[in-house]
Amino acid sequence: MATKVMMEALSPTMEEGRLVKWLKDEGDAVKSGDTLAEVETDKAIMELVARGDGVLRARLIPEETTTPVGQLIAVIAGPDEDIAALTGGAAPAAPEANAAPASPAPASPAPAPEPAAAPNPAPDIKAEKAEAPAPRTPLAQAHGHESEQARHAADNGGRTLASPLARRMASEAGVEIDAIRGSGPGGRVVRKDVEAAASAPRQAPIAAPQTETSSASAPAPSPAAAPAPAGSSYRDVPLTSIRKTIARRLAESIGPVPTFYLTAEFDMGKVFELRTQLAAMGDEFKASVNDVVLKAVAVALTMHPEVNAHWMGDAIRYFDRVDLGMAVAIPDGLITPVIRDAHAKRLGQIGREAKELAGRARERKLKPEEFTGSTFSVSNLGMFGIDQFTAIINPPEAAILAVGATEDKAVVVNGAVEVRKRMRVTLSCDHRIIDGALGAKFLQTLRRLIENPLMLL
Amino acid sequence: MPVITYRDALNQALREEMQRDDRVFLMGEEVAVYNGAYKVSKGLLAEFGEMRVVDTPITELGFAGIGVGAAMVGLRPIIEFMTWNFALLAIDQVVNAAAKMLYMSGGQFKMPMVFRGPNGAALQLSAQHSQAWESWLAHIPGLKVVTPGTPADAKGLLKSAIRDDNPVCFLEGEMLYNTKGEVPDDPDLTIPLGKAELKREGDHATIVTHGKMALVAVQVADQLAKEGIRVDVVDLRTVRPMDTEAVYASVRKTNRCVVLEEGWELCGVGAQVVDYVQRECFDHLDAPVLRVHQADVPMPYAKQIEKLAKPDAAKTIAAVKQVLYLDP
Repeated sequence: MATKVMMEALSPTMEEGRLVKWLKDEGDAVKSGDTLAEVETDKAIMELVARGDGVLRARLIPEETTTPVGQLIAVIAGPDEDIAALTGGAAPAAPEANAAPASPAPASPAPAPEPAAAPNPAPDIKAEKAEAPAPRTPLAQAHGHESEQARHAADNGGRTLASPLARRMASEAGVEIDAIRGSGPGGRVVRKDVEAAASAPRQAPIAAPQTETSSASAPAPSPAAAPAPAGSSYRDVPLTSIRKTIARRLAESIGPVPTFYLTAEFDMGKVFELRTQLAAMGDEFKASVNDVVLKAVAVALTMHPEVNAHWMGDAIRYFDRVDLGMAVAIPDGLITPVIRDAHAKRLGQIGREAKELAGRARERKLKPEEFTGSTFSVSNLGMFGIDQFTAIINPPEAAILAVGATEDKAVVVNGAVEVRKRMRVTLSCDHRIIDGALGAKFLQTLRRLIENPLMLL
Repeated sequence: MPVITYRDALNQALREEMQRDDRVFLMGEEVAVYNGAYKVSKGLLAEFGEMRVVDTPITELGFAGIGVGAAMVGLRPIIEFMTWNFALLAIDQVVNAAAKMLYMSGGQFKMPMVFRGPNGAALQLSAQHSQAWESWLAHIPGLKVVTPGTPADAKGLLKSAIRDDNPVCFLEGEMLYNTKGEVPDDPDLTIPLGKAELKREGDHATIVTHGKMALVAVQVADQLAKEGIRVDVVDLRTVRPMDTEAVYASVRKTNRCVVLEEGWELCGVGAQVVDYVQRECFDHLDAPVLRVHQADVPMPYAKQIEKLAKPDAAKTIAAVKQVLYLDP
């Protein structure tokens, strides 16, 4: 039976490996334990060994290629075995004159179940992803296996696959099962994965159980997660999955993303006039300030497509359409639902979608495709009375707009002090994509649109 | 310790129990003058006479019913079926009479009797004579179902079955009769019904099995040991009552389980084992429990196809590797 050679996790923290050198050629006989290749992990160069006997029939990646853990990189099989199902048809270019299409090995009537016979769906899904309009982020590429697991999770209604034993062990070790990379079928987390995760030193602090310190005087304290009683100085709360994801994503952003900030104050007088007029036409025409900002941003992005971009590591991807992310606070974090094709939608439609997405976001009912793949994001803390703030870019997006509260302010107009409605926005820009002048021009356009909102209609 | 065949072990058990208790008698086709179709009753007619070793016509329902009646009046009959395939003709007496008697008589009539004979496939006996019946029989409350895989188990379990006051279906194997093994030379050797035995010990995976397949499981364990894979072989020995604690203890240790049996998949003994395991060892499982069994077809006559249809060591090894997440 054929043996699939996967990129293996050769260190507990390895998420991808660079195949440095193949040590066996296609057609070489290999035995279990033979070294097939050298692989550079996040820590060192390690040997990848064969897990089965046979002939190295296909090498599916060239040297100097980086692949996520779990990806099929070679196939070991009998010399004449049909491995098309494993290689997804795109069989090795190997010149196998004898084994060629001559004998398509009549499917033997062996009644025993043959799990390996099921074609590996991975290549198909990958291809599909590559064509999908919503881009895979460079992050997802960098953490290929995680994204693969996420994909499995999505296939399973967001549930991480894990053996019951693995779940119990993870819970006993205080390790979040969602944070463990599964090496089993379909990404299933199994015992050895939990053992690896639990022994990784970085997990240690998490192992601290959710207990309060001291206060020995209180016998049998109620298990309610109430605030720490007087006398205790702190309490440890294990990270929820979403909190972990937020931490990872934001740290990734503020670290490697060279960000600069541009702040501008817009006059909102006409926006309020417009709102009043719309409201007078009936409830279905009502628009919030945020709706107008979203619409204006979408229009501004079509006029400055250079801002509507993703950082791809070795390229910048500019989008023709605007998929507008909108940060929404939810009980234990925040999430950014996406208004698709915002550039092509009318103000009223944007408003309705924004309201509906935010509602479902708070109920945690968004599907993964509804909060991924935005091309630009807006974060509005105006409703909290924040005058101005800087938002952290949602990688790999090029920029994010932070929107403050609209307030009455004294401003000088034509030499006289007047009370005007004003709103401050701050654009956080990834300097690798956006230079200062470009960011400034974008804000200039945005100001023109917001201060003359009829241009949006 | 003497090494004897499974056949001789059964013969010893019959002889010793007939010597020990004169209420015990053997009845069936060819058991007396011919010394048994498989020579299990060799020499018993000469020793105990025709009152206690009784040849019958080819009338399974009839002599099974005589056995039930004899048990009701206090004798301890042993009814031999030439094979369990022929017991189908007598199944009304086994299921509706023997298994129900104690219950439906309000405890007035015990059923101290044994139905015994070879079970499962031998070689090229074709579809009607190659069937494993233990899951059918084990389905019935009131019956005990015993499936010894080794000579020592055969002797110790048959003696216990004969001494038991309940109807016991004792399933032997034609392919087992010539197998040899150490058997303690002890007229009081008994093995309690309902106790499994760990025939090999390991901590990587558990094979739960019974009957003839215990030998296959042991082979598998020895072969896998050469690859560094250590397997627990839990031989149930008695299918009903089943020693579930032994299964749980092993699965909780290894976290992975393969159930190997001779019969078919649907409603097989293994299906019940899987049910117990998923319920009682859920948090200990690191992989789905897999089963190895006969293909879901009447046993083919052709030699090569028969081999494909039967469970064997190679299929079991593949299953063990699968629950260990190793590529076969």
